[in-house]
Amino acid sequence: MALINKEFVKKRMGSRIAANGFAKFLFILATCFSLLVLGVLIYRILSDGLPYLSLDFITNFASRMPVRAGIWSALLGTIWIMAVTAPVSFILGVGTAIYLEEYAKKNAFTKFIQINISNLAGVPSIVFGLLGLTIFVRLAGLGSSVLAGGLTMSLLILPVIVVASQEAIRTVPREIREASFGMGATKWQTIRRIVFPAALPGILTGTILALSRAVGETAPLLVLGALAYVAFVPENLFSQFTVLPIQIYNWTSRPQEDFHMLAASGIIILMIILLIMNSIAVYIRNKFHKRF
Amino acid sequence: MSRDKSNQKSIRSMIQENKSSRSQSAVMEKVVPKIFLICAIISIFTTLGIVFTLLTETFTFFNRISIVEFFTNTRWFPFTADKNADYGILALVMGTLTITAIAMVVAIPVGLAVAIYLSEYASAKTRKFIKPILEVLAGIPTIVYGFFALTFVTPLLDKIIPGGISIFNALSPGIVVGIMIIPMIASLSEDAMNAVPNSMREGAMALGATRFEVAMKVVLPAALSGVIASFVLGISRAIGETMIVTIAGGSRPTADINVTESIQTMTAYIVQVSQGDTGYGTTIYYSIYAVGMTLFVFTLIMNLLAQFISRKFREEY
Repeated sequence: MALINKEFVKKRMGSRIAANGFAKFLFILATCFSLLVLGVLIYRILSDGLPYLSLDFITNFASRMPVRAGIWSALLGTIWIMAVTAPVSFILGVGTAIYLEEYAKKNAFTKFIQINISNLAGVPSIVFGLLGLTIFVRLAGLGSSVLAGGLTMSLLILPVIVVASQEAIRTVPREIREASFGMGATKWQTIRRIVFPAALPGILTGTILALSRAVGETAPLLVLGALAYVAFVPENLFSQFTVLPIQIYNWTSRPQEDFHMLAASGIIILMIILLIMNSIAVYIRNKFHKRF
Repeated sequence: MSRDKSNQKSIRSMIQENKSSRSQSAVMEKVVPKIFLICAIISIFTTLGIVFTLLTETFTFFNRISIVEFFTNTRWFPFTADKNADYGILALVMGTLTITAIAMVVAIPVGLAVAIYLSEYASAKTRKFIKPILEVLAGIPTIVYGFFALTFVTPLLDKIIPGGISIFNALSPGIVVGIMIIPMIASLSEDAMNAVPNSMREGAMALGATRFEVAMKVVLPAALSGVIASFVLGISRAIGETMIVTIAGGSRPTADINVTESIQTMTAYIVQVSQGDTGYGTTIYYSIYAVGMTLFVFTLIMNLLAQFISRKFREEY
């Protein structure tokens, strides 16, 4: 005799089993919808953007004529901004993380810093633009320069780097710290020679991911007064600039179809840069990740 | 003999050196924490800077435009002669809320469905395949979504909706903002549901519950605080979203809700002003800070609410 009477189960549970099947179908449908959107998005951008993509497109300046337009000044602007943002946000972010994880006492002040950082992460990026406009552009008198843009971006991605670095530092086990202290090393020596190198892959991964967010960020730099039409390359930290997303925005907001295709070409370049950065981050995570 | 002497000398000097390097490192031990403390304090100064900036400039704005008008007038029409200008934030807030509502109608059901599928139905292999794709979706810059909304979703809606849709409208950016938020809600909700212990699922299944019943009656209620918190964070993201609504939403602030017509959100207004040639010190210039302040308060409330929900109503197992 079978333990389970299939007929009986079907009779009693039929509608519930059917509901389960139907719900599963809906859940899969929703998941497929997300995948489909990504597929359509990538297809649209490739089909619109590939015709204009050429070496000239990369090395030409912006132009009123779609066939001659390029992204050279925007590309270099993005690199300049990153050259400011990367070191500033790295030093500030890692410094904050080391302070919070290694030095800070468990008191109200430390808790306040921690809450403050998690709240900063939720502030809309455009508000950081307003901050940069007042503090860096006006009060510090930097103007709409590379330096002002880079510093604003550093503050924007700071919370992300702090949280990632804290997590990386936390994974360094206490035993190797204590071993270092046991050998007579001081606290700073331990941090510099033991904790920091061990946490570095995690810190770098987090930093690169945060930077890739900054590369795609448009709104704060628009508010700062970054130019949309730039036919020159930034020469120093005080030059005016444009960046790739702003150039793309400029082309997208024009009514002519040709400029939309240029925007799609620009998006392809932007996505390639992001893809490279993300690959590097994943590579570092997999290659140098130590398990203790 | 002479060799000995030189040796003695060098040992003495070695001790001397050691002492000086030790005092050097003692200095480092004192200085380094201070340097790191300064780094940590900069994050506090960032917050203070934001609040200070927004407050002072908003204050200047309210010296020119009455605060009552700002909150009660339903028209936002600053680009005109000073006397006729209208500064009623309600028109921009309605635009933002319209976009947020449409985005949530898309993001909450789809995001939650993806989360339930991944945590309750999908095999480990499927999960390993789908999660990175969702991460890619989450990493796409908003400018790209904006381009997608304007050049793909709007024409598509124009074909579907009888009577058509204007080139700039609330529906298309609303839907795309929702799509942008799906990965965030999906991954945060999935985390919350994964934290529910397996023994609870097995207990329910042993009583004869189907997977769907386990998901809806056991896992979801247990993970509810995390799931709701992810919705609230999603709302906060939608309120602060800038580029999608700037590109595809247009620039016609209005307090009436008509999703097929052009609107303007708070964020889009700030971009519009900073793109124009508004001089420093004009009322319009100060108005972006008043709008920014409103935006900041909205998102801050949402973020604090999310933290409160996930802390207060968390079920510990």
